[in-house]
Amino acid sequence: MKLTGKAWVFGDNIDTDVIIPARRLNMSTAEELAKYVMEDLDPSLAGKIEPGDIFVAGKNFGCGSSREHAPLALKGAGVACVIAESFARIFYRNAINIGLPILESPEAARRIRQGDRVTVDLSTGIITDETTGEQFQSEPYPEFILQIIRAGGLIAKTRQDLLGGAA
Amino acid sequence: MGMTLAEAILAAHVGAPVHPGQLIDVPVDLVLANDITAPIAIREFEKIGVGKVFDRDKVVLVPDHFTPNKDIPSAEQCQQVRLFARRQELTHYFEVGRLGIEHVLLPEQGLVVPGDVVVGADSHTCTYGALGAFATGMGSTDIAVAMATGRIWMKVPPTFRFIYRGERRPWVGGKDLILYTIGKIGVDGARYMAMEFTGPAIESLPMDDRFTMSNMAIEAGGKAGLIAVDDVTRAYLAEHARRPYREFRSDPDAVFAETLEIDVSEIEPQVAFPHLPSNTRPISQVGNIPIDQVVIGSCTNGRIGDMRLAAEILRGRSVHPNVRCIVIPGSQEVMRQMIREGLAEVFLDAGAAISTPTCGPCLGGHMGILAAGERCVSTTNRNFIGRMGHRTSEVYLAGPAVAAASAVLGRIAGPDELPAPWA
Repeated sequence: MKLTGKAWVFGDNIDTDVIIPARRLNMSTAEELAKYVMEDLDPSLAGKIEPGDIFVAGKNFGCGSSREHAPLALKGAGVACVIAESFARIFYRNAINIGLPILESPEAARRIRQGDRVTVDLSTGIITDETTGEQFQSEPYPEFILQIIRAGGLIAKTRQDLLGGAA
Repeated sequence: MGMTLAEAILAAHVGAPVHPGQLIDVPVDLVLANDITAPIAIREFEKIGVGKVFDRDKVVLVPDHFTPNKDIPSAEQCQQVRLFARRQELTHYFEVGRLGIEHVLLPEQGLVVPGDVVVGADSHTCTYGALGAFATGMGSTDIAVAMATGRIWMKVPPTFRFIYRGERRPWVGGKDLILYTIGKIGVDGARYMAMEFTGPAIESLPMDDRFTMSNMAIEAGGKAGLIAVDDVTRAYLAEHARRPYREFRSDPDAVFAETLEIDVSEIEPQVAFPHLPSNTRPISQVGNIPIDQVVIGSCTNGRIGDMRLAAEILRGRSVHPNVRCIVIPGSQEVMRQMIREGLAEVFLDAGAAISTPTCGPCLGGHMGILAAGERCVSTTNRNFIGRMGHRTSEVYLAGPAVAAASAVLGRIAGPDELPAPWA
């Protein structure tokens, strides 16, 4: 599966309070949360993201709280994929569980510039910066994570497991 | 080959030796969620289709974040949690008036004991590591699965060992040790790792300070923050534990991914400047920074030991005219004890506000939100952009001693700068 979109580039340690501030956690759907995504970094950003856009960030993306609202807000805002040098542990699980594609690639995170057109091939993990022509190979997913992705998220996989594969 | 404390607990749960990097499916002893994370967990739980939670004694729900309900949407989220708890006949649902901030409450109620594996939809679930339990934060969907199956998948983390030696200086507590540590290794310095806090300076550290240290393991990216059981832990458990427990410790030949030795005699009271917990400075190098608010409380520093320390400094003194000082005991029990010991009176006499237990201002929920440009010294755990209010407000993290002294002086300051109360 290939995704193509415009890159939004961020620095290191983008925390979950920045992705979606706690004052917005009195709501819980992706659609509602999307309106406030990254508002404390740039209040106008949510209105500028177009469906299919790709976030590119430095190390430790999604650090801080366990709020699943963070990947939900990104997904709701139309962010198709997050590429980072590295991800915080809980954010990584949350994104995989809710079906927000995330890829680790320190090179891509360093080289891709704001506004570049980026294509991500989720089946091979190859990231292409269409603007510069550069290609990057992201870290492959472990087999177990692939099983969750193939099943369509953790809930779908759990249903399959509980039903002994009959689903 | 020997195992670390974290590995030993996980191995006992899966019934076989484990090694770092191994993916395991672990049975859990307790599953936790709050009023912010439970609504999504409940929604996802219903999709699984099992009907009932795996064990109604082992799923704990604590509506502590936006309670007492701060607005209508929050009230509705709490209602969802409450109705789910009733439908599922959960033994451990805690209601306003009988609750506490989850990570103060659960150890106090004896719901977590050494050797447990605990997963919670709250990043500060790692607090229980102070009791020698393997406890880690996860998102709502993971918690939904744990509520349904009583199991969770995880990768066995490598262990980062910290050895603390030397005598603590006056006014230096667990908060200062952990802020100093995070300042050393950075906010991703222990990413994916179990942190294990060891050494003579930990052995002499009171239980409440140990909870503070384990609580902030996540601020270094840690998956858990463990301290092996010793006599201090056993004394605490004698008063609180409701179940028999098993003590584990790292084997002499355990393999640690990293080890850092820290001489605590060199550590001054610490302050973490905006906007990262790793942005620490010793109190002597803070400079003159006027403040508008002080918050004393939270899952990090809302225990009775923290209240005693803050009261010791505020006794006979007054909160600075330009400062609002908000004291938030971490649980009903802490509040009760505070009143019993006369600490509530000390805070009231000093001109501080006392709140019912809530996470409240720590995450910018309510009970002390900051306006544009305002500064707060807070005993909480995060100072990210906009964490306590407006995106241009600033949070400075510190322990209760620095927070209380700052409240009196109207600027960030240590207790040593205070004139005697009778002066």
